Amino acid sequence: MDRLQLVSILAAATLLLVVLELVRRRRLLERYALLWLLAATVILVLAGWGDGLQRLATALGIVDPPNAIFFVALGFIVILLLHFSAAVSRLSDQTKVLAQRLAIMEHRMRRLESDQRAPAPEREFGSERRRTPFALRDVE
Amino acid sequence: MAHLRHLAVVPAYNESATISQVVGTLKHAASHFDVLVVDDGSTDDTAMLARQAGAAVIRMPFNLGIGGAVQAGFVFADEHGYERMVQVDGDGQHDAAELNRLEIAMAQDPVDMVCGSRFLSRDLKYPAPISRRTGIHVFAFLLSRLVGQHVSDPTSGFRLYNRRAIKLFARDYPHDYPEVEAVLMLHHHRLTMREVPVRMFLRGGGVSSISTGKSAYYMLKVLLALFVGLARRRPVVEPGDEAPVAASQGI
Repeated sequence: MDRLQLVSILAAATLLLVVLELVRRRRLLERYALLWLLAATVILVLAGWGDGLQRLATALGIVDPPNAIFFVALGFIVILLLHFSAAVSRLSDQTKVLAQRLAIMEHRMRRLESDQRAPAPEREFGSERRRTPFALRDVE
Repeated sequence: MAHLRHLAVVPAYNESATISQVVGTLKHAASHFDVLVVDDGSTDDTAMLARQAGAAVIRMPFNLGIGGAVQAGFVFADEHGYERMVQVDGDGQHDAAELNRLEIAMAQDPVDMVCGSRFLSRDLKYPAPISRRTGIHVFAFLLSRLVGQHVSDPTSGFRLYNRRAIKLFARDYPHDYPEVEAVLMLHHHRLTMREVPVRMFLRGGGVSSISTGKSAYYMLKVLLALFVGLARRRPVVEPGDEAPVAASQGI
């Protein structure tokens, strides 16, 4: 077993343990941990199983088998980054929706408060006044 | 029982085909329950139909998934001081008329959660495809060993909770596919549960949150959560603990 293989095994095993520990401490949701666990496991298997690495290298046309580990690791990095981009996209979309709901809610609340404070005579135009373009009674 | 306040929580995501009937049956068969529909960011008129059928409706601003939606129900029940909460799926697969079975079970035997199980009775056959049943049985086998009590249907979402269980799950509830983990959480907190046989129908309409493509992810996620959950000294946040998503930095 050459040195690179040993280093790869150690690195992948450490990654595996760190990810599991983060899930255990609830710093990482299972949703985001699964891909990391998959990546660490595959690299661990490839690094530990020389024959499999050899075969993969041949199949991919890589002359030096240890380079296949880098190749696979790089592949996982690309997939993980894409995964995060998708997650960030979803989060920004959700933040946008939250901000919109909050702004509409604030408007409704202010209108409710000003309606409550308004003295009785003013209430007469009240029904008209409330029909501003921003009246959101019908918004679900 | 009439002096206790009861809430039925119906999580619903695009269930316009069935929601009116589900709410209607609840109002008819379990009239001492207030009905709260948690509309999990539906894009159809689920919320409107639920309101028309006489339910209170809270709408999630976007789709949170079943865990987040049901937890909203727990928080609602907790904040409004409900003593009992039942969870009934919005797709019509649970028979609201059987709610009294859960209630009777809880009245006879003071457990914290009563769970309706599809697999406890021989004459109530559950017409699900074999793959789904196999998945459920794998979880049932594992979970039964983990909690040291026979659990026949850990994925059932037809559950009645008492005040202690409501408070626990309002504080902390799993994100995705929560039912299996919730049983483990109960066990870790020394809360008790039992199962009663119920009948379940295949969904009346709409699309299940668990498509075939997601099944593998579902299995993996729940297995990971179960095994990591075992390694947690305190699997659920207790009052006074650090918050589950705390501001503390780093790894």
